Amino acid sequence: MTKLVIDSVGPATSVQDAGRHGAQRYGLPPSGAMDRLSLAAANVLVGNSAFAAAIELGPLGAKLSLRDGAVRLALTGAERPAALDGKPLAFNESFMLTEGQILTVGVARGGVFSYLGIEGGVGGEPMFGSLAVNARAGLGSPYPRPLQAGDTIEVKSAAPALERRLDLPEQQDAPIRVVLGPQNDEFGDAVETFLAGEWTISATSDRMGYRLDGPQISHLHGHNIVSDGTVDGSIQVPGSGQPIVLMPDRGTSGGYPKIATVISADLGRLAQRQPGRPFRFQALSVDEAQEAYRAMARLTRSLPDRLRDAQHATIDLDALLSANVAGAAIDALAAE
Amino acid sequence: MTTPPPRMLPSGDTAITVEFGRDISDEANRRVLALDRKLKQAPISGIVETVPTYRSLLVHYDPETIGFGALSDQLVTLAQTPDESETVAKRRWRIPVCYGGEHGIDLEDAAQALNTTPDALVARHAAGDYRVAMIGFTPGWSYLSGLDPALAMPRRQAPRLHTPAGTISVGGIQTGIQCLAGPSGWHLLGRTPVRTYQLHREPIFLLEPGDAISFAQIDAKEFAERDDAASHGEVVAELLSA
Repeated sequence: MTKLVIDSVGPATSVQDAGRHGAQRYGLPPSGAMDRLSLAAANVLVGNSAFAAAIELGPLGAKLSLRDGAVRLALTGAERPAALDGKPLAFNESFMLTEGQILTVGVARGGVFSYLGIEGGVGGEPMFGSLAVNARAGLGSPYPRPLQAGDTIEVKSAAPALERRLDLPEQQDAPIRVVLGPQNDEFGDAVETFLAGEWTISATSDRMGYRLDGPQISHLHGHNIVSDGTVDGSIQVPGSGQPIVLMPDRGTSGGYPKIATVISADLGRLAQRQPGRPFRFQALSVDEAQEAYRAMARLTRSLPDRLRDAQHATIDLDALLSANVAGAAIDALAAE
Repeated sequence: MTTPPPRMLPSGDTAITVEFGRDISDEANRRVLALDRKLKQAPISGIVETVPTYRSLLVHYDPETIGFGALSDQLVTLAQTPDESETVAKRRWRIPVCYGGEHGIDLEDAAQALNTTPDALVARHAAGDYRVAMIGFTPGWSYLSGLDPALAMPRRQAPRLHTPAGTISVGGIQTGIQCLAGPSGWHLLGRTPVRTYQLHREPIFLLEPGDAISFAQIDAKEFAERDDAASHGEVVAELLSA
């Protein structure tokens, strides 16, 4: 039996997929990856379906090894130093880990979460159609909690094959787009303060919610509403006046007014925002947000077509950089 | 008589909050649950799941299948059609509760705040005829409507970070059954051995929004026995009518 062994790991590292749906009416949050596009990229690189379960690596480092056989892996998401037996590894490129080798990943530099795609996915029993870890609900596979040193994950042993590389559109450092509501009428002029303000993510953030630091957002009629449903990206404003963006491990209902909702296409980008790095919000219509949603869905579906042979991509690196990949990204997102 | 249309509020690009009112009211909650039932009977293509709450129905949907405008129109129409299933039999549960002592550490203080005795407070709470208005926040957390207004208490100044699984508590004009251990700013009156959420048990979720609930007082010894049975997957709540 081939097993991936977690030799050491920082906090907030867990198995995640697209999350579980259908039980929010019973208070069960969806969970799932914080950055879905990076999850999809990690999976596509190792030949999995886009939303198979992978390891979501938190901001700190980890060391992994293998027991028996060989497994094909790929790292995506937040850039960080990574090495196989001390030899540097490229992101967005598949590689083989064999027994006796050590995979090390360092502290995230360009974001927060990286994804380790595993050919054949993660072994385990799905609950409500998902292996995603939610410690509070006691759900997830193979452990219903974040990973810790000594854990092992059953994997499918991989045969040698050509390694693949994925050229992803460059992430834009643009404002985080929101749709106002559902309770923006609880805030009056403070909606303008919210949209004009410069925000940073507080270090006390986690998979349940990202706390924001910035201008004070005051309520028109106090900070209590009758509890109603929440979604990934709901921005609730508690009595402190400092908003909290609800993330996939959120409570399924809440009693604070929600000034706006981060659009689906930008939630992964917000999840990757490091604490202290300022950003702004930008409001757009539901129709515009849904156009962005469909563009992101098309981009995710197109990932297999973007796969390249790893060696060729390395040779073409200069050409790729001069080819304005960021410009191509804008085209891909604006298509149709 | 025509009912006023609900407010259709976008919750981002993948959900609509169908709002029937802004306050806690049985009338709004009935309309929420009625729309939820109608959607179960006549599903609209593109809806992923629905989340009924006190006064609104949150409808999650896939924008690749249906847009905000088209779905809003259909939901408004459906919300205003008469509810044919109002006569559907309601499930009624009796939930055992051990009040006070180590299982309800706020009972004494709550009785004092309400200017009554612990026994009288327990009697009034246990006599209530409740309905599951919504389930939310954490798995199985059941918010009940029907609390005697005389038992309403503002939430604690400082929420407790750790309250036990099965806690029965009062916060504002609400009472509820908390399934998992966790933080709470409500007043802890007692504990039930019933698990409203339990993995590897059928059903995993015991209660449904709309279910009727009454409480039955048990002592600490009985709590321990039933808690042990519940830990082995037994449903220790009594289903009075289905």
